[in-house]
Amino acid sequence: MFTEYDPLKDTMLQILDCSGNIINPKFMPDLSMAQIKEAYNWMLYARIADIKAVSYQRQGRMYTYPPNLGQEASALGSAMALGKEDWMIPAYRELAAWLYRGVTLKDVYLFWGGHEDGGKFSNAKNIIPPCVPIGSQTLHAVGIAYSLKYKKQNSIALTYIGDGGTSEGDFHEAMNYAGVWRVPLVFVCQNNQYAISTPRNKQTAAKSLAIKAIGYGLKGIQVDGNDFFAVYAAATAAAKEVRSGGMPIFIECITYRQGAHTTSDDPTRYREKEEEEIWLQRDPLKRLKAYLVQKQEWHEEEDRKLQSQYEKEIEEQFAQAERHPYPLKDVFQYMYVETPENLRKQHIEYEKFLNWKETQKWQ
Amino acid sequence: MAVMTMVQAINSALETKLKEDPDVLCYGEDVGVEGGVFRVTENLQKQFGEARVFDSPLAESGIVGTAVGMCIAGLRPVVEIQFCGFVYPAFNQILSHVARMHNRTRGRYRMSMVIRFPYGGGIKAPEHHSESMEALYAHIPGLKVVIPSNPYDAKGLLISAIESDDPVLYLEPKKIYRAIKQDVPDEKFTIPLGQAKVMQEGQDLTLVSYGAMIREAQKAVVMAKKEGYSIELIDLRTISPIDRETLAQSIRKTGRVLSVTEGPKSFGVGAEIISIANEEAFLNLEAPPTRLAGFDTVPPYPRGEGWYFYPPERIFYEIKKLMDF
Ligand SMILES: Cc1ncc(C[n+]2csc(CCOP(=O)(O)OP(=O)(O)O)c2C)c(N)n1
Ligand SMILES: [Mg+2]
Repeated sequence: MFTEYDPLKDTMLQILDCSGNIINPKFMPDLSMAQIKEAYNWMLYARIADIKAVSYQRQGRMYTYPPNLGQEASALGSAMALGKEDWMIPAYRELAAWLYRGVTLKDVYLFWGGHEDGGKFSNAKNIIPPCVPIGSQTLHAVGIAYSLKYKKQNSIALTYIGDGGTSEGDFHEAMNYAGVWRVPLVFVCQNNQYAISTPRNKQTAAKSLAIKAIGYGLKGIQVDGNDFFAVYAAATAAAKEVRSGGMPIFIECITYRQGAHTTSDDPTRYREKEEEEIWLQRDPLKRLKAYLVQKQEWHEEEDRKLQSQYEKEIEEQFAQAERHPYPLKDVFQYMYVETPENLRKQHIEYEKFLNWKETQKWQ
Repeated sequence: MAVMTMVQAINSALETKLKEDPDVLCYGEDVGVEGGVFRVTENLQKQFGEARVFDSPLAESGIVGTAVGMCIAGLRPVVEIQFCGFVYPAFNQILSHVARMHNRTRGRYRMSMVIRFPYGGGIKAPEHHSESMEALYAHIPGLKVVIPSNPYDAKGLLISAIESDDPVLYLEPKKIYRAIKQDVPDEKFTIPLGQAKVMQEGQDLTLVSYGAMIREAQKAVVMAKKEGYSIELIDLRTISPIDRETLAQSIRKTGRVLSVTEGPKSFGVGAEIISIANEEAFLNLEAPPTRLAGFDTVPPYPRGEGWYFYPPERIFYEIKKLMDF
């Protein structure tokens, strides 16, 4: 696959077309119908959770949130290539991947709802929190992958980055280190065409992002990121290769951020409606659903039922997140393993002030 | 004269200088088409073209490093870093080159750039969007650090910063980007760097602050007045070089000083103000020079933010302690 889709050839791996037909059976991954349905269900769950997050934010019950709408196949297809003992190193727009990995939606809502407890992702194995400073996480991934190799654990690491992120120095250092150390690492780049308002063609003069792999001695591939089968096939092949000691692999998923950059962003300032509409035709859920419907494995009726079931589950997760407390001591207690005296005193001082404030009459 | 928010006043300063000086350029992430995530550079690209106002790739070291080269070649770049938490990829360039090139080349090359970025918290933003790390920059020899507290000053100070032949870090208190509206002249005017402003005269205690905390300090001044205390409020405006003279004069008069800052307490700007009090007004002191600052922690995520960004009552509480000392 990586020879056939060498980035120098400037071709993109696509298996499922926009109407739900398999157009490239050679690379169709070996998945049972039950697994394909499961994948579709995860994507649907992630999508509803995402849409709800935006609406909670609009109601003032959630803080700044980065919508994932349209990127579900890139996130899920890559996450499904990982085994239980493998590691996931997130950026911040891979909701479906985190959920598949075992992160509870409550935690995700807690995280974007402004609480550090959410970022602990305690229900999921071998994952670290979302990373806000763009690109910096890719170096952590190299370090994790090095450790896995050093400990001969036969596990691999997978890290996410955006198209914009590929401009950061840290990303280039990570690609270079990954190659020099030959670590078991897969880079998954969700090229959703924009970094906030900045289009992909202003990030790099290169023909593709995948081509960047070549300069570091890695393998690269460009896949249709809205095609679940293509993403899964590439990620699985990449995972297999790096697990058996091959060079690290960089996967560029061509996708589209259908929503705003975050709930504080207004895309009408920098892109056209026509462009958005073109990408709606390529929607990843629509495509996978069309495939299932064609195979007579899925019906609209089932879809609606599942949606309303998910909605209830999701609302319950949100309710739990909303109830989660934030006591004053949490500001202090995790800064250090051993809290310095200085900090303890600041905490006590503040309690004193709060007590005093209670006793005052403020008009 | 027009009524402006701080965002508009900064935009007006940039416009003024872009119009006047063809060597002035503005760039950074999303600065061009979008006009910046806070709209500070709105319409500037339309007005001055893509060669002068543009989007950079997503790379802060690149933004500042290229600005170093432009300064060497005689331009005056005004670059934007999108948020305070994302300056760090450029830290190497700032510390190693921006702050040193002039000295390194014995004055041959001037780093006549401005690095602008929104800073400070209290706006329920995600991690890395709320820090107040001005002390880091003030600690670096070779840089000037400027922080406005209102639209009028924002314009006058930024024009001075752009005209300064030394590199200026211009920190914008995003909490009050749109909170205050003021009359600001449309035409050019400057406010000299390095000069604090006595916002209100008083006899009992010198309250020193800057940026968004000025507003909180003003509220505390009102509370204190009800208790019969007369507070002198000083807006530092330039953190580095700090205006020792204005501080010294005021503290000698009042005998008490309280600094109010947002960033972590230890090794911060407050410590510098206390040193000045000791060095310049020791014999006049009536109470220990004191600093009120953030905890020595990172600012909590939005849900815990209320614990970190203290209310004006906290300032009043400290004033009272010093008055009762
Ligand atoms: C080092 C750094 N610089 C700037 C930012 C502000 N910022 C947040 S997201 C973003 C765009 C990221 O674009 P991309 O990597 O394409 O990811 P996407 O948001 O499209 O998923 C920027 C500039 C940041 N978080 N970190
Ligand atoms: Mg992007």
